[in-house]
Amino acid sequence: MSTPLSESVWLNDVDVCQVEYLAEVSGLSIEEIEDLIDTDVIKPVDAGTPTRMFQLRYVVTVKTARRLRDDFELDRRGLALALSLLQRIDELQAEIHATKARLGHPR
Amino acid sequence: MKFKDYYEALGVERTATLADIKKAYRKLAHKYHPDVSADPDSEAKFKDVAEAYATLKNPEKREAYDNLGKHPAGESFTPPPDWQQHFHTGEAGLDDVDLADLFSAFGRGGGGGGHRRQSFPVPGQDYEIAAPVTLEQIHRADQIELSAELPEYDANGLAHRVPRTFQITIPKSAANGQRLRLAGKGGPGFNGGRPGDLYVSLVLQPHPLYRPDGRDLYLDLPLAPWEAVLGASVHVPTLAGTVELNVKPGTTAGQKLRLAKRGLASADGSVGALYAVVRIEVPKTVSAREHELLEQLAAASNFNPRTHFA
Repeated sequence: MSTPLSESVWLNDVDVCQVEYLAEVSGLSIEEIEDLIDTDVIKPVDAGTPTRMFQLRYVVTVKTARRLRDDFELDRRGLALALSLLQRIDELQAEIHATKARLGHPR
Repeated sequence: MKFKDYYEALGVERTATLADIKKAYRKLAHKYHPDVSADPDSEAKFKDVAEAYATLKNPEKREAYDNLGKHPAGESFTPPPDWQQHFHTGEAGLDDVDLADLFSAFGRGGGGGGHRRQSFPVPGQDYEIAAPVTLEQIHRADQIELSAELPEYDANGLAHRVPRTFQITIPKSAANGQRLRLAGKGGPGFNGGRPGDLYVSLVLQPHPLYRPDGRDLYLDLPLAPWEAVLGASVHVPTLAGTVELNVKPGTTAGQKLRLAKRGLASADGSVGALYAVVRIEVPKTVSAREHELLEQLAAASNFNPRTHFA
């Protein structure tokens, strides 16, 4: 489902949007977002379809990218690298969280 | 208006060069940037640093700031009379205006006179507010009320913080950190620029019983040793109410007993599981009768849990 700009929406991994929407809400250029796609920071739902769609949760990713670009004056390569590393940290933190949940409360 | 010491925020002298200011900002940004730092207080610290840098990196704003003189941070002060003329505030004055908002107005046309330069559309600022939520609220898809002070701009482009209230309905598929985008509910745009957005970020509160992992929940299930050995029927709390769980004889510590569809819902309609993680608890004190029975059990049993040591 494509998401119009005027709506209030939950940024989840089910609803999707086009690359133009990600550019609009983040203020990044299409070229900058293409860099993030090329480096797998952002992945289309089905890369094989003519119109690429992206999970709405990537709005958070592109907004983070915009903040990092502006606050650290990062160039396009630096931005993609920083986001890849942040994504790895997020994945590791999620693994730690999941492990702690399975292990139980320490007594 | 409260004075803010921008030089102190960046840790530089008032005579610092632009290069010194930039270097200090970069160092502090690496330390406190909320996307990089794990310190929960870093966001507020970075906001101070970014605010100071936004003013001091701009020669015109820095000059205006320096003309305010030096005051202790947090002290109330009155800007020079010509500031009120620049910003056309009249009798309203600048008392309820934040210093940062005043300097922001310099760059986008606020202040009139020599400061009105930009004519291109400037989009409004995005804002993010945190919404603490419980697992129960997610499970019930509760409606919650959020309050935030957001800026509204007067005719001169000066921001005045106004309390706003929002009601949102939490989806059953909500997760920690998930955001709701309220388009156009952030700061207003200028010169025809679109208004900013308001983002509501859900912060899941720790639960005394349940530990979420994705859509699954984990719960410690304490069992008495004889319940684990003999099997038992125990009551287990779930988000949808208490259920009865049959514990098979010979259940061991750490074993996970799965209760299907007792976890959290996904956006696609599926529901996670609740895992009851068995813990074997022993009584810290026993009665004389219990002691006697345990002595008899120890004498009669040939169970050795350490056979693999040999």
